Amino acid sequence: MATAPTEVKVTPEIAAEHGVTQEEYGRIQKILGRDPNITELGIFSVMWSEHCSYKSSKVHLKRLPTRGKLVVQGPGENAGVVDIGDGLVAAFKIESHNHPSYVEPFQGATTGVGGILRDIFTMGARPIAVMDSLRFGEITPSKTTNEEEAAKNRRILDGVVRGVGSYGNCFGVPTVGGEVAFEPCYAQNPLVNALALGIARKEEIFLAKAKGIGNPVIYVGAKTGRDGIHGASLLASAEFTEESQQKRPNVQVGDPFMEKLLLEACLEAMKTGAVVAIQDMGAAGLTCSTCEMASRGGTGIEIDLAKVPQRETGMTPYEIMLSESQERMLLVAEKGREQEVLAVFKKWGLDAMVVGDVTDGGLLVVKDHGKVAAQIPAHPLAEEGPIYNRPVAEPTPGKESERDWFPFSADGTDLTANFTKLLASPTIASKRWITEQYDSMVRTNTLAGPGASDAAVVRIKETKRALALATDGNGRWCQLNPKVGAMHAVAEAARNVATSGARPIAATNCLNFGSPEKPEVMWQFSQAIDGVGEACVALGTPITGGNVSFYNETLGKSIYPTPVIGILGLLEDATRVLKVGFRKAGDVILLLDGAGDSDGRQKTGAKAAQEFSSSEYSKTIAGIVAGEPPAIDLVAEKRLIDCMVALAEAGTIQSAHDISDGGLAVTLAESCFGASGLGAETKLNGAANAEYALFGESGARVVVSVSPEKLAAVWTTARQYGVGALEIGKVTGDNALRIEYKGHGVVSAQVPTLKDIWAYSLERHLKIQ
Amino acid sequence: MKFGVVVFPGSNCDHDAFHAIGHVLQKPVEFIWHQSEDLHHCDAIILPGGFSYGDYLRTGAIARFSPVMKSVEKFANDGGLVLGICNGFQILLEAGLLPGAMMRNAGLRFICKHVHIRVEETNAPFTCAAEKGEILTIPIAHSDGNYTCDEATLKDLEKHHQVLFRYTTPGGKDDAAGNPNGSTANIAGICNRARNVAGLMPHPERAVEEVLDSNDGLLIFRSMIEAVVNNTAKATA
Repeated sequence: MATAPTEVKVTPEIAAEHGVTQEEYGRIQKILGRDPNITELGIFSVMWSEHCSYKSSKVHLKRLPTRGKLVVQGPGENAGVVDIGDGLVAAFKIESHNHPSYVEPFQGATTGVGGILRDIFTMGARPIAVMDSLRFGEITPSKTTNEEEAAKNRRILDGVVRGVGSYGNCFGVPTVGGEVAFEPCYAQNPLVNALALGIARKEEIFLAKAKGIGNPVIYVGAKTGRDGIHGASLLASAEFTEESQQKRPNVQVGDPFMEKLLLEACLEAMKTGAVVAIQDMGAAGLTCSTCEMASRGGTGIEIDLAKVPQRETGMTPYEIMLSESQERMLLVAEKGREQEVLAVFKKWGLDAMVVGDVTDGGLLVVKDHGKVAAQIPAHPLAEEGPIYNRPVAEPTPGKESERDWFPFSADGTDLTANFTKLLASPTIASKRWITEQYDSMVRTNTLAGPGASDAAVVRIKETKRALALATDGNGRWCQLNPKVGAMHAVAEAARNVATSGARPIAATNCLNFGSPEKPEVMWQFSQAIDGVGEACVALGTPITGGNVSFYNETLGKSIYPTPVIGILGLLEDATRVLKVGFRKAGDVILLLDGAGDSDGRQKTGAKAAQEFSSSEYSKTIAGIVAGEPPAIDLVAEKRLIDCMVALAEAGTIQSAHDISDGGLAVTLAESCFGASGLGAETKLNGAANAEYALFGESGARVVVSVSPEKLAAVWTTARQYGVGALEIGKVTGDNALRIEYKGHGVVSAQVPTLKDIWAYSLERHLKIQ
Repeated sequence: MKFGVVVFPGSNCDHDAFHAIGHVLQKPVEFIWHQSEDLHHCDAIILPGGFSYGDYLRTGAIARFSPVMKSVEKFANDGGLVLGICNGFQILLEAGLLPGAMMRNAGLRFICKHVHIRVEETNAPFTCAAEKGEILTIPIAHSDGNYTCDEATLKDLEKHHQVLFRYTTPGGKDDAAGNPNGSTANIAGICNRARNVAGLMPHPERAVEEVLDSNDGLLIFRSMIEAVVNNTAKATA
């Protein structure tokens, strides 16, 4: 969008160009009692954009469970805050930066990390961990992707990974885990969801409420430039068309060094006691921070743009208010104590300027060299944006029959070759090539980094405790059944946390969907909300905050509905972390099943084929994506979670790894990979076909290894929680993985061979030019 | 004996070094802000890892002009113990307190993982508590760790036993496979001719507790403590 001089008269065409509908324009006129000028139109257009106002999602989001006895701050502030004991709280949230990452992968991803970090330290919490959940199109040519498209997906992946690493590494926060998945639908709509976690003393948490008439409003951090203008309203609130390249100037540019200085300076300034409120400038920069702080505080704010540090000349009020230049914060200080605050920022070499003050009357007044450039009631602007109850319509279900589903092989078929192919597929293969580009160890708190455990685990040095984090989502399952798929996302993240030994206590969600203007997409959204809500209640993990990203579609084709859930867990005793790798030859391998009796899970016939058609194996080996995700049993998931926490506490198991993508066989293989020189000999039995038994993805199951003398104790614990514990084999010292099913050897391979394929697959795919 | 950990704008591993020395080894340690020319009577100075000045221009290029470096240089010239870790090593190279230069990793990417380094010399206050030939498991995390020097410098370093640590395979072999960044002669860490200033790319402060998968890094700090306590180090700041 070209820069607009203040004198430009607002016309219906200009309003439409800003994404403001006729009805919305009418509301603006009503709020102001007149027509808006161009600056005011720009301000409304960003605040009332989908990204900032949640206008299409609000009616559904309110169905999410947000309360809990450990929740100190739920949705509505910059991040969710949870009590973690010892007078400490954890602030955490996940956020998306999808559209910018397609347009400019490096900067899109890097500023995504920068943005979520600011959301944490603006609360007064020092960030201690970052995770990223990424989704890309296919990186090798296939039936659905040609070489040119695959090469583009590889470039996007490379840019995003370098962007994520570059920010976290320089800022000095460990990137401790995350997930990466590949589906054709993400090719032109990659998903980059970044999660950050921080710690603070409970009484040191800062909220963003502008209070105290006459208190100075202070701008700190980087100078304002023209980058990112309309990043929120145009990039994040619209789908891509052929002209997407022209959106490059809308992508923000990050400087992690600046943010590191900002972090240290803000935390130091907050300790002076002179800071009343603080908010970061993210989407819609100055506009959002001023009106939101005023609105929450029930006050008004007046600023003069002549005082705003600028790095370009000739910027108009429109540009300054809409700029999304990174690494800036807005704070309110106690009148008379501004020098204390300014001195801290000076020490760290950062710009800090008093740009205005808190006023009575609830108005956001923007002056430019003393002349009023915009005057808008803050509360209606921030909180009374349009709320849409968009039409919701379930799409007509396709008629599938057994012909469309996965064809199981005959009993006794050797599955080793297919298993190897599965281990090499990008979604299943090791993400080591990616995670080694992230500093996962800085701050020396990382007890379990990428791949070590099912969740990332970071200790809290002042205490005996540790925090665990996991992010999970399955777009393919949500496409097949949005409600069930969403429930699985919550269940899997919670199960991952529990499998590291920690008790899941809270959740954050990033809801990535297509256009809300399509009734089928809104149906998917509504269903997903219902699923997330039901699962969060059942598993005791209230949603404390998060983000909605709509319009993830290009040329009318939308992504799979992809809710991504981040779960925070608390490990009372940091020495009890559980890891995935087998430890000792001779240890017994148990399959723990929250449903109690594993036989009930052994589906056969058409039902089994229908469920199996939604699996990673079905997609990778047979190219079939159909059917239904596995049924979800939240009671079983809860039993298993409680059992895992108890087992960790008791210290009776050697290793733990849950069953998810790729099924039991992948879990067994990864448990061997996490060890050195060890293998496994397993014998399974059941009514189901071998592929279903080995690669089926039913939930509520974890594989543990136990030393023989602790076996009785483990069985007792499992029984106590109603969890089935089936002995399926032993850890061996011969470096081989053998799986026998119904008396036939179906997998037999050398662990080092499999590990090489699994560990280097991604790297090999990415080097193909 | 007291350690000082210098904090530049952008240093990240200062807290980790402080924790390792102050809490794990239970020795007095304080932070020294880069603007300070006073080294607070410390017996040993640590230049920690991180991204001082955002790695603008070249890593370490700007930090070496910080006011504190004047005092660090004087302290080093007087024989005081100075250890540069990762970014700290880069700063010492830029300041000319150690010979050679740092280039981008051969793989052109940032890399974070545990590596194996062999102790090459034990007659230095940074390795005197270790055994010659001992293999240590210590993590690296850098994109510019490719230590480089010209032929003459390398000859000199070898002649005067200034190479303190070399990357090896887990089994202790000198193989390119064990070198994560392509550094000349698999060099991971060196000292100056006078043996009181050293730099290494791996992070010993990240390997001081078993819960962090290795505590081999303790040897380096213990060596420094031993050297000062036994008065084999020459000066206090």
